[in-house]
Amino acid sequence: MAQDNSEIRYLTPPTVEVKKKKYCRFLKNRIKYIDYKDPEFLKKFLNEQGKILPRRLTGTSLKYQRKVSVAIKRARHLALLPYVTDMLK
Amino acid sequence: MPLNQKVSTFAVDFLLTKFLFMLNQYETVFIATPVLSESQMKEAVSKFKKVITDNKGEIVYEEDWGLKKLAYPIQKKSTGFYHLIEFKAEPDTIAKVETEFRRDERILRFLTMKMEKYAVVYAEKKRARKAAEPKKEEA
Repeated sequence: MAQDNSEIRYLTPPTVEVKKKKYCRFLKNRIKYIDYKDPEFLKKFLNEQGKILPRRLTGTSLKYQRKVSVAIKRARHLALLPYVTDMLK
Repeated sequence: MPLNQKVSTFAVDFLLTKFLFMLNQYETVFIATPVLSESQMKEAVSKFKKVITDNKGEIVYEEDWGLKKLAYPIQKKSTGFYHLIEFKAEPDTIAKVETEFRRDERILRFLTMKMEKYAVVYAEKKRARKAAEPKKEEA
């Protein structure tokens, strides 16, 4: 009788995470040019130490990741963004 | 033969228009020392504008960002006057303008870059937006 039920039962039900698909915000919003004069926007692509976040975390496409990195480097040169820091956010 | 001639004159025309009217658009941001007074700053700006216009450049737009805090100290200074100039010029002009920047002790940092077509569009849109709501920009 007990074996009729062939379903596997867990003590704690396994949580299946629904992964949200990452997307490139520049492709999605059709942004063609990334402004280096806007440090607040560029901060979205930096971690707390002021390092550039990898593509695998931000979901940016390769084409725009290159542009983001150039824009960040220009902003750093003009002291709009720091080269090294702690607790940027 | 007449066709050939037509093609060649067309090519010459094209090249001429390219040389005469299709100047590159550049954008320069520089940081001047915070030690300067307002009139000294204006004098410095007009000096660089003169360098550009003397070299057959044409100023499209300029913007004063005022005194801003630097993200890291430059020459032991933690603030600086930022100024942006957009201009159209021939490529040779850039070297001359940059030498002037290097010679000038009042300039802490400068960056000149050629504006690609999307950058030009972006800058124009930004200006239009600013013109539409000037109060918000100032606040």
